[in-house]
Amino acid sequence: MMTARDHGLITCRSCGLLAEPETSSCVRCETPLASRDTASLQHVWAWLVAGLIIYVPANVYPMLRTTQAFRSQESTIVGGVVDLVHHGAIAIAAIVFIASVVIPVGKFIVIAYLAVLLSRRGPKNAHRLHILHEAVEFIGRWSMIDVFVVAILVALVQFDVLASIQPGFAAACFALSVVFTMLSAQAFDPRMIWDATDEGAPHDA
Amino acid sequence: MINDPHYIGCPNCDTVHRFSAEELTVRTRCARCGYRLTLGRQEAVLRVTMLALTSLVLMGLALFAPFLTLNAGPFESRASVIDVIFGFAEGIMVPLSFAVLFFIVLIPALRSGLLIYALAPNLAGVAPAPLARPALRLAFKLKPWAMTEIFMVGVAVALVKLAGMATVATGAAFWAFALLVLVNAAQDSFMCRNTLWTTVGTSSS
Repeated sequence: MMTARDHGLITCRSCGLLAEPETSSCVRCETPLASRDTASLQHVWAWLVAGLIIYVPANVYPMLRTTQAFRSQESTIVGGVVDLVHHGAIAIAAIVFIASVVIPVGKFIVIAYLAVLLSRRGPKNAHRLHILHEAVEFIGRWSMIDVFVVAILVALVQFDVLASIQPGFAAACFALSVVFTMLSAQAFDPRMIWDATDEGAPHDA
Repeated sequence: MINDPHYIGCPNCDTVHRFSAEELTVRTRCARCGYRLTLGRQEAVLRVTMLALTSLVLMGLALFAPFLTLNAGPFESRASVIDVIFGFAEGIMVPLSFAVLFFIVLIPALRSGLLIYALAPNLAGVAPAPLARPALRLAFKLKPWAMTEIFMVGVAVALVKLAGMATVATGAAFWAFALLVLVNAAQDSFMCRNTLWTTVGTSSS
């Protein structure tokens, strides 16, 4: 199959219109054009490292501080999941665990794996890399669930001395970590995945 | 081939496709990577504009009407969406309040506003507004950052967390917000890049 680059043209990544190679922006939607974003991997790594660094305080500091009858209790992300399991809410514990632990950690690993593979030469299974990239882009935003849960609990549970919930420092760190890894996944130029492919290989292998 | 809307370069893998006028009115996928090139929606401009208007009205309702009410014995606590957003608004957590405000209110509302701004002149049969193209481009770009559906899942998780300690009643804003999520999903299913860009781009040049 012929790509726009094979034709000596540039594809607009915003609207799909083809343009002459010297064109600086698309005539239809005015998006700046580039045949390949050669600096994309540097941006991917920069955002990924930022997200990884801020993920540490997000797990160390408390996410919530619950005050009930003058007794104050702080819980971290993992601690909150453990509490839910103790209350018998296994399904909700699973959702929170997946959204705040499995997805972020999995995302770090998958983005790093993609970035390392794309910077190496040699044949690759583009379809598999493409699916991984799509998955990371699609699923990354859902980690924000935990931040919203904290916001809702803080707003609702305000019964003065009886019971109140305060947000912890970790909520801000976690939100930033999600934003940074979203930016990291968006920084990939997916066309580079396909450039590096071995077209002859069976795609469902 | 250049600047011809019948030729679409895949924004994902750069493969060039040629479509007939009939093919542009149906759903098409990239033959190489499976990316959705056209959604082929009839009257996409009209429907996207109408759904964007609906979503703005619902957002207005959802902001100030009571969202959730929590009852624990003689105590009652009400929270609107605004309360949820400013639950973080003290000291070091202020930036997080702004982040929540952006993700669940400002960005979804801005997207709707931008779409109406870019598309409504076409429906009225007049020339596009100045900056209609950057507006439409931004509306596409902001899609992953509008997180109303993630917020609603967060609400569900928070409700289960609170179920043991208090009874929770849902208010009008809760249902407005739930409807908003559906309207936004419908709107995105009509946002065919090729159709919208052909409408906005060609009529202004």
